[in-house]
Amino acid sequence: MVSGARLEVRGVSHAFALEKRALPVLQAIDFIAEPGDFVALLGPSGCGKSTLLRLVAGLEPPSEGQLLVDGVPITGTDPSRTIMFQDPTLFPWRTVRGNAQLGPEARGSLAANAARIEAALSLVGLDAFAEAYPHQLSGGMAQRASLARALVNEPRILMLDEPLGKLDSLTRLAMQRELVSLWQRERFTALLVTHDVEEALLLADRVLVLSDRPARIRADIRVETPRPRRRDDAGLVALREEILALLGLAQAA
Amino acid sequence: MSATTLGAGLLAPSRPATFWPTGWVAGLAWIAAAAAIALLPDADDLGRTQALAALAAGVGGLVLLAAFGSSVPALALRLARLREAGPWLIVLAAALTAWELATAKYAVLPRPFFAAPQSLLEVFTDDYARLGESVWHSLLLVLPGYALGAAIGFLFGIAMGWSRLVGYWAHPVVRLIGPLPATAWLPVAFFAFSSSRGASTFLIALASFFPVTVLTWSGVSAVSKAYYDVARTMGASPWFLVRKVAVPAAMPSVFVGLFMGLGASFSVLVVAEMMGVKAGLGWYMQWAQGWAAYANMYAALLVLALMCSGAVTLLFRLRDRLLSWQKGLVRW
Repeated sequence: MVSGARLEVRGVSHAFALEKRALPVLQAIDFIAEPGDFVALLGPSGCGKSTLLRLVAGLEPPSEGQLLVDGVPITGTDPSRTIMFQDPTLFPWRTVRGNAQLGPEARGSLAANAARIEAALSLVGLDAFAEAYPHQLSGGMAQRASLARALVNEPRILMLDEPLGKLDSLTRLAMQRELVSLWQRERFTALLVTHDVEEALLLADRVLVLSDRPARIRADIRVETPRPRRRDDAGLVALREEILALLGLAQAA
Repeated sequence: MSATTLGAGLLAPSRPATFWPTGWVAGLAWIAAAAAIALLPDADDLGRTQALAALAAGVGGLVLLAAFGSSVPALALRLARLREAGPWLIVLAAALTAWELATAKYAVLPRPFFAAPQSLLEVFTDDYARLGESVWHSLLLVLPGYALGAAIGFLFGIAMGWSRLVGYWAHPVVRLIGPLPATAWLPVAFFAFSSSRGASTFLIALASFFPVTVLTWSGVSAVSKAYYDVARTMGASPWFLVRKVAVPAAMPSVFVGLFMGLGASFSVLVVAEMMGVKAGLGWYMQWAQGWAAYANMYAALLVLALMCSGAVTLLFRLRDRLLSWQKGLVRW
């Protein structure tokens, strides 16, 4: 069984080049996620949360600072660090199974992973839809397929970039529960980007509250409430008020 | 499950066996055309008048049979596609009658510039050997040229879309040269290639090369960056990204290029055969014009049109197979 990896983010700053001007998006981000941690990155939209995930995935190098996985610097992409995006980004020309086998196929290990692909499809409840094309799926099913595609790679760090952001509220609730039970079973390190305070508190052990762009860590909040969590739990409600206050959105009680 | 394609579905909701009035009208229209052809006297001395009448009567008989069959539940489903063609069958019968009256019967349209329908039939019955040979030669010329141009255009388009360096140098050249009609290169081609066959193949290939290149290129450039990111995080090599992401994502656009290239290749084919090649439909038309045998020319033109639309149909079938994942084209 593969376990989660330890992620160290050391003094990471990042800027985009925008029309010859440097646009800073991340500023001096410092944190450590222990193996098997579920960390939520919470912040206003457009604050640079997703950029941080791209850096962890190795899709881009940071302008400054260092990212380490189990003490080894990240130099590029690796299947052990997989992202699930806000859009399912399924390849429309491939069936659900074809999409799920993308990782093994890209690495030339399709035959060795056949059983794992089927297992991932049944894990997300799509075994009956293995031959369906993405346009035939509902939003929730497409996100499940995208999750299966990520899980096939046995990620040690699974990055979730607002994966439930575009789902209807019922599907969203169901998938939040599924994500937690999946994480409890597989014990990967999870990094969840979200702008939904409730979602962060329901899912994560730790919530890193980020500021507006350029994003800095405003607070590092531990969520000790045992699972399964209820959204009306008194502790969570208090934390929610605290976080909203940090974001300057405190509700007039 | 039965679902038709979007277009067909819009035109003809499939119905159970019913009375098919359009079919009866169409059948009678063809019988009427046959009667007019057979019974009215020809204004001039023409052959094959009775053969044409028999042919029209035969068509009419078949359509009437189909109209009768439409009311039989066991046959209705098989005839569903023919039912869609009902209005066309009426119009075609009317057009044939009008054409026959304007040429053969009352000579409103002057001979020999306008040929009577039976004269075309006469070409097909008497000169089929030469026509068939011309079709064969045309196909032998156009298909390799088209395939060559399309293949090179496809590879070149991918290279342009993928590599910034190739794009930088190729883009202005393709922009400048591409819109020129391929036939404008005729003198250069005949100078550069020793045989007229080589020159024609080059021109036909050039005609399909340009649209396929441009549309493959634009297809590859339009591929969402997110697809590449997904594949890269899973360990895909650049070669995998080209083969398994860029190319399949660009295929809908590539097919548009293939359609445009097909039309361009056929028009170059005819010009090339008229200019230098001593075989094929273009040459046949040129030769027929030289003898003022306009019926032969029209017959060849008709064959050319059928050949071209046949090729387009094949390409459509291929696209529907390869791109069945696209919404609206999916058949179960």
